[in-house]
Amino acid sequence: MIGSAVPRKEDAALLTGRGTFVDDIHRPGLLHMVYVHSTQAHALITGIDAEEARSLPGVLGVWTARDFAGLPPRPSVPGLERGYLAGDKVHYVGEPVAVVVAADRYTAADAARAVRVSYEPLPVMATVEAALAPDAVPIFAPLPGNLALEQPVTPDVADDLAAAPHRLRARLVNQRCAGAPLEPYGVLADWTGPGPTVWATVQAPHRVRAEIAERFGLARHLVRVIAPDVGGAFGVKSSFMPELFLAPELSRRLGRPVKYVETRGEHMVHTYHGRDQVQDIEVGFDAEGRLLALDVTITVNIGGVPDPVGIGLATLTSYMLGGCYKIPKIAARYRSVVTNTTPTASYRGAGRPEASFLIERVVDLVARELGRDPADVRKVNLIQPQEMPYQTPFEGIVYDEADYPAALDLLLSELDYAGLREEQARRLADPAAPLLGVGLSTFVEMGGFGPTPLFEQFGYLGGWESANVRLQPDGSVIVLVGTAPHGQGHQTALAQIVADQLNVPFDDISVLYGDTAVVQEGTGTMGSRGMPVAGNAVHQAAAEVAAKARAIAAHMLEADADDVVPIGDGFQVKGVPEVTVTLAEVAERSFKPHLLPEGTALGLENTAYFEPKNLSYPSGAHGCVVEIDRDTGRVSILRYVCVDDCGTVINPLTARGQIHGGVAQGIAQALMEKVAFDADGRPLTASLEDYLVPGPLDLPPYETHHIETKSSFNPLGAKGLGEAGATAAPQAVVNAVVDALAHLGVRDVEMPCTPERVWKVMHDAS
Amino acid sequence: MRVEITVNGQPHSREIEPRLLLVHFLRDTLSLTGTHVGCDTSSCGACTVLLDGEAVKSCTVLAAQADGCAVTTVEGLAGADGLSPVQQGFRQCHGLQCGFCTPGMVMAATALLAEQPDPTEQEIRNGLKGNMCRCTGYQMIVESVQWAAANGGAK
Repeated sequence: MIGSAVPRKEDAALLTGRGTFVDDIHRPGLLHMVYVHSTQAHALITGIDAEEARSLPGVLGVWTARDFAGLPPRPSVPGLERGYLAGDKVHYVGEPVAVVVAADRYTAADAARAVRVSYEPLPVMATVEAALAPDAVPIFAPLPGNLALEQPVTPDVADDLAAAPHRLRARLVNQRCAGAPLEPYGVLADWTGPGPTVWATVQAPHRVRAEIAERFGLARHLVRVIAPDVGGAFGVKSSFMPELFLAPELSRRLGRPVKYVETRGEHMVHTYHGRDQVQDIEVGFDAEGRLLALDVTITVNIGGVPDPVGIGLATLTSYMLGGCYKIPKIAARYRSVVTNTTPTASYRGAGRPEASFLIERVVDLVARELGRDPADVRKVNLIQPQEMPYQTPFEGIVYDEADYPAALDLLLSELDYAGLREEQARRLADPAAPLLGVGLSTFVEMGGFGPTPLFEQFGYLGGWESANVRLQPDGSVIVLVGTAPHGQGHQTALAQIVADQLNVPFDDISVLYGDTAVVQEGTGTMGSRGMPVAGNAVHQAAAEVAAKARAIAAHMLEADADDVVPIGDGFQVKGVPEVTVTLAEVAERSFKPHLLPEGTALGLENTAYFEPKNLSYPSGAHGCVVEIDRDTGRVSILRYVCVDDCGTVINPLTARGQIHGGVAQGIAQALMEKVAFDADGRPLTASLEDYLVPGPLDLPPYETHHIETKSSFNPLGAKGLGEAGATAAPQAVVNAVVDALAHLGVRDVEMPCTPERVWKVMHDAS
Repeated sequence: MRVEITVNGQPHSREIEPRLLLVHFLRDTLSLTGTHVGCDTSSCGACTVLLDGEAVKSCTVLAAQADGCAVTTVEGLAGADGLSPVQQGFRQCHGLQCGFCTPGMVMAATALLAEQPDPTEQEIRNGLKGNMCRCTGYQMIVESVQWAAANGGAK
């Protein structure tokens, strides 16, 4: 079954309206919680008048920060503890200031609007420049200034740069993006028993259980967290939003279930954003374009309240700065800066797309500087397959098996690169023809998160994943897995792995996840860890069950285990086709103690915790062909070609879906999306009218190809795929846009490359 | 006020607040939670249903405006023989990932095929332009609709 494009088990329910998303769940006596959000970017709260709101029929109460003063802080950066609601001051527009609970969602919204908050404005620092200016005032107490963290990752390379025959400097901007899953954040908490049951749109239910239990002083068995169907997450549902704790607390106080579901308008200002880096780069290289030394200073805008993931995400950017190239010396340092904007944290790729964008743009800049073809400059720098596993300049960052040159060669041939260059020259000579540009992106990213020592740093219990594989007495299988997928198709892909190990029909396997009362301790879904970590846990557990089944079969067939071989639906004695037993018979026998070999434990079941040896490194080569209208600056994508190496492909259909979706988000970052604020910190993209999530007419068809180099870091050989497209695509598109304009002397176009921006660049250049 | 709305062939008579949106009438009053809410600006189309056969965004229609009308939601699409051709197409071609936009997308695609039984790729993209999907990047949705067009259409 591994490698088969089987349609998904998940689909029938989701296609017929039988999915169960948080907002679909109803509990008797359900109440609705709504926030009052700050309308100010930086201000002291001088008063909150909730009298009118409280008087509305159906309103159960209005609560402010001081009502939750007894609750330990949310998971925070040590020393920079954050609460649930703004206390004395607000740090950004959209920060929750008060919370209202009412009998229905319309009344709750009315009441939230009736709460009057008085503010005394403070100076607003909505940009990193403003926040670091000499006259800036500290935004987040207890920080004495707005520089929350300054981190050198590797030492200085000044001497190596000075010794390089050529050098260039660049400043690149990786703009702020919103994850914008179609389902906004939601929580339903029912604490009418000894502990809360919490249904939530989260990516790591066991971690959420631990954090809730800790804050309320409960043993974990009393807390049940369920991530039901989750409508997309892209990393933004891994942040510890206040509602995860406020909904249970209010349910406890009111003795009734409480539901909070974010509106889209709230999502755009309240749920944490991603990216938002400025990168200052100096690179040294030789006449062939060989990269000799790289020096990078990253400045990250982490928003108004530091998030424990957001504050350190640039560590991952630093680790991946070398991309798939042999760069002997890399110096990286980063600064995380507090500003009066929504906090930033994980968004699909979380720190790695920023690195891939940087190095891929740098390679193009080097090629341009030397007048060489960007494909040729890539070729002289690529790490070769025989050099794998490859130790990067960063301790512990070791790339697994891959063939980067083969991926680039396949891409160039699929693109007909030489033909495109000819077509480009032809169009350049014809003023009536739109400009043509070709962009390449030979990328590598990190997947398969763990291992444990790394994942502990992000607050997780471990970096392993767990799986329980259990045969039912009729030979059908239930799998419990510790991930919490939200569209990736784990029910399907993990069942394929089990089907192969146990020789059980795919339809006889059910995969369950997302419920802490059902599933053994698990880690969750993020960091492209589904197949490389959870897949291996399932693989390992199923293999143990298969071995035990074979031993029982041997006993039933009165043969040595070594002489028993798996056949279609069971086992036979080697060379004796008439002596067989079905797996269903073996499964039933496993529950009959008096008919088993002495000392055999009952049942056919195994729980495995798979700890990866290291991260995995999905890679590939993507190419984009764009056309630019000479009059309007509008960029149209003519072709988008992907060559991906995610190691073993479990299901080509869902793998294709993951690539498409990631590429779509990458293209959207390159051409359309940007979370923006004005100088006073007012959000300019607080709805889907203003924040341009692409529609069907905005995105091209994608051509997908695979190179399959199995990773030696895990038994399945899988590397992960969920973030590869989003990591690869932005620079493929931007390199193409810059390539189309290169004859004008254009060196860079900042994302998103909107018609307005491209038109201005063209005009300024000519 | 009282409204009478037929949903998936079933007549319903309910006392409602005049400001109640059709999507909340379906989800909260009738517990038909297949129709989703993804935004508050009529941008995303997750709430698309058929109102007297026309695709509408039910977050932008008052329940009062649907008084006397017939509404079809995703729950009313599959016949006794299982999934409709559009639903089957989405399954065959992996036209859904998280499934949140899917009910609206399936309803919009059904309305599209009722009007244009054999649409081109561009006509499909144009016909679905009121619906957003954050997971698939749309190509496999286009392929799903093409599959449905070739296998029974808007049925």
